[in-house]
Amino acid sequence: MNRLPLLFLGIFLTFASAWAGLVAYPYLALGRLLPITSEETGELAPPPLSGLAEAGMAVYSANGCLYCHSQQVRPAYLSTDIAKGLGPRRTVARDYIRSKPAFLGTMRTGPDLTNVGLRYSAEWQHRHLYEPSEVSKGSIMPAFRYLYTMQKIQGAPSADALKDLTGPYAPKPGYEVVPTEDAKALVAYLLSLKRDYALPEAPEESLE
Amino acid sequence: MTTLVASLNPASNEQTLDKIERSAIDASARLPVLLFFGTAIFWLVVGSLLALVAAFKMNIPGLMDSEAWLTFGRVRPAHLNTVVYGWASAAGIGVGLWLMARLCRVAMMNTSLLIVAAIFWNLGVFVGTLGILAGDSRSIEWLEFPGYATPILFIAYAFIGIWGVIMFRFRKPGHVYVSQWYLLAAFLWFPWLYATVNILLIWQPILGSAQGAVNWWFAHNVLGLWFTPIGLASAYYMIPKVIGRPIHSYYLSILGFWSLALFYSWNGMHHLIGGPFPAWMISASVVASVMMFVPVITVAINHHMTTKGHFDGLKWSPTLRFTVFGAMSYTIVSFQGSLMAIPTLNQITHFTHYTIGHSHLGLYAFFTMMMFGAMYYIVPRLIGWEWPSASLIRWHFWLAAIGILIMFGALTFGGIIQGLALYDPAVNFMNSLYFASPWLWVRSFSGLLLTAAHVIFAVHFVMMLLHTGAKRGEPTLFARPIPEEETLTA
Repeated sequence: MNRLPLLFLGIFLTFASAWAGLVAYPYLALGRLLPITSEETGELAPPPLSGLAEAGMAVYSANGCLYCHSQQVRPAYLSTDIAKGLGPRRTVARDYIRSKPAFLGTMRTGPDLTNVGLRYSAEWQHRHLYEPSEVSKGSIMPAFRYLYTMQKIQGAPSADALKDLTGPYAPKPGYEVVPTEDAKALVAYLLSLKRDYALPEAPEESLE
Repeated sequence: MTTLVASLNPASNEQTLDKIERSAIDASARLPVLLFFGTAIFWLVVGSLLALVAAFKMNIPGLMDSEAWLTFGRVRPAHLNTVVYGWASAAGIGVGLWLMARLCRVAMMNTSLLIVAAIFWNLGVFVGTLGILAGDSRSIEWLEFPGYATPILFIAYAFIGIWGVIMFRFRKPGHVYVSQWYLLAAFLWFPWLYATVNILLIWQPILGSAQGAVNWWFAHNVLGLWFTPIGLASAYYMIPKVIGRPIHSYYLSILGFWSLALFYSWNGMHHLIGGPFPAWMISASVVASVMMFVPVITVAINHHMTTKGHFDGLKWSPTLRFTVFGAMSYTIVSFQGSLMAIPTLNQITHFTHYTIGHSHLGLYAFFTMMMFGAMYYIVPRLIGWEWPSASLIRWHFWLAAIGILIMFGALTFGGIIQGLALYDPAVNFMNSLYFASPWLWVRSFSGLLLTAAHVIFAVHFVMMLLHTGAKRGEPTLFARPIPEEETLTA
């Protein structure tokens, strides 16, 4: 091939077509979505995150939770996600406008976390993060003990000390395990993961 | 008469002239290309060790879990980024630079640009990997390097791009060979890809799920429009070179190139089937993925017909053996990729180890093996020394080939079982872990084989640099090739 202008033009145009469709379009159409206000309650959907949950998002990112946990519920015609109870409806673009980054995930070595905030309490999350296999038999999730501090009880036990810890890493008598700021932020973020608000573009799907 | 002239002035012989020209090009390429190769092999070994840590953590969750920097969620992206940017990209750049110089038929100019580029590139990978381990990962797949590392890589790349343009501008007149189309395209596409994601995902992040689209447009195109064209450029050069005959069909080359450019660039969204995007975006990617049959079959036929009748070359030529392994893997991985994009199958394989098996078939069995093949050809020409040991090359090949096949098989079977468990509403989630577990042990074992292969290759490369062993007059081959006349009579 010696018609170089043609070569360069082709190299440019083929790439530009996909760039327009898969980059420019989502940037213009999906990248500027706003939350909607519910007419009945006046609340925003999706609801804003607390400052602590925002900080927790950074902990989630730093420790690579997304390599095992997805955050997307696929529609019923494409999957069994809804039948498996991952959520009452598929997730849509607006569900992610407060998420930085989007944490869609491509693996489910661990369960999907789209609605994990609806399933477990803060107490459970802390015990689970500290030693997953003690709380969830057969789990291969790594322990995040480095987000917790084991310390000697000074006077009265701390209010936020983890309760009912079992297993080899449970504190000895006179000691307690308390969450670091990172652990508290991470749990606040996990609790915020609940897509239980209604969005007009994603009605709940019934399963017949 | 000609012999008389030749004996008086060797340069009057055209073949000798060609040889002189080639060795001048190789001499000019020595430092920059060796720098890219050497650092690439270093990162390959580092990346393999990180991979082993990540793999064994899936078998033994309590392994090394007391330190934040060794947690699975940091080691895994550290593995991916060291092998993608530290190894594969640097190896690809090295091979690409050398091919470019050989095919432009001019000695490399301004090599200091490339040396600066190599230093910056490795600095970027180093800073980025430490950043991930320290907890600054962006958690954007294939783009985990923190925002303070990616500009270093971009600067490095800018030097390479500028150099490439100068090089092509001053090429000797003549036909522009198919490998050059692929290289030019890859060298122009990569900065566009990388700049786009740096702006839209790191510096001024766009909102929400739009990030997912841009993320996978990028991640898939790093494979499709950066590694694949470099790998194919190498195959289009090495196969005809080693067996000594031209490419089967010029027209198939053209068709293969343009259909790749058109279809591959649209593939990315098949990683997000069912995700929070307009249906047409996903559909477009699914269609484009299936259309990938066109470039893949075209290239497969072209390479097969070129090699046809010369498959005995696989017995003696290390370059050909690695390259043909890579080329065949390219066909298989692309077929698999097209099928995986079909939504019916995708709902089983999505979110499972099956996808990990697929990506290793692409980045390793295809691209990495292709780079090994090219390096076995290029390095002796750069330093004027033959590989010290044929048996080390043999060990390298078989450990890598058997290792990647076991890894692919284990992740594929494990992934399908895991996927079926995840799909069936009656099956408890925990079962998907139990079912996949034995296969993940097999995967870790295969990782040991691959790491051994890489250590052998690294040692051999260092031996090569040190000019170990006796000087050989001819290339290091697995066996003595049978001369053509003998094959004809046999």
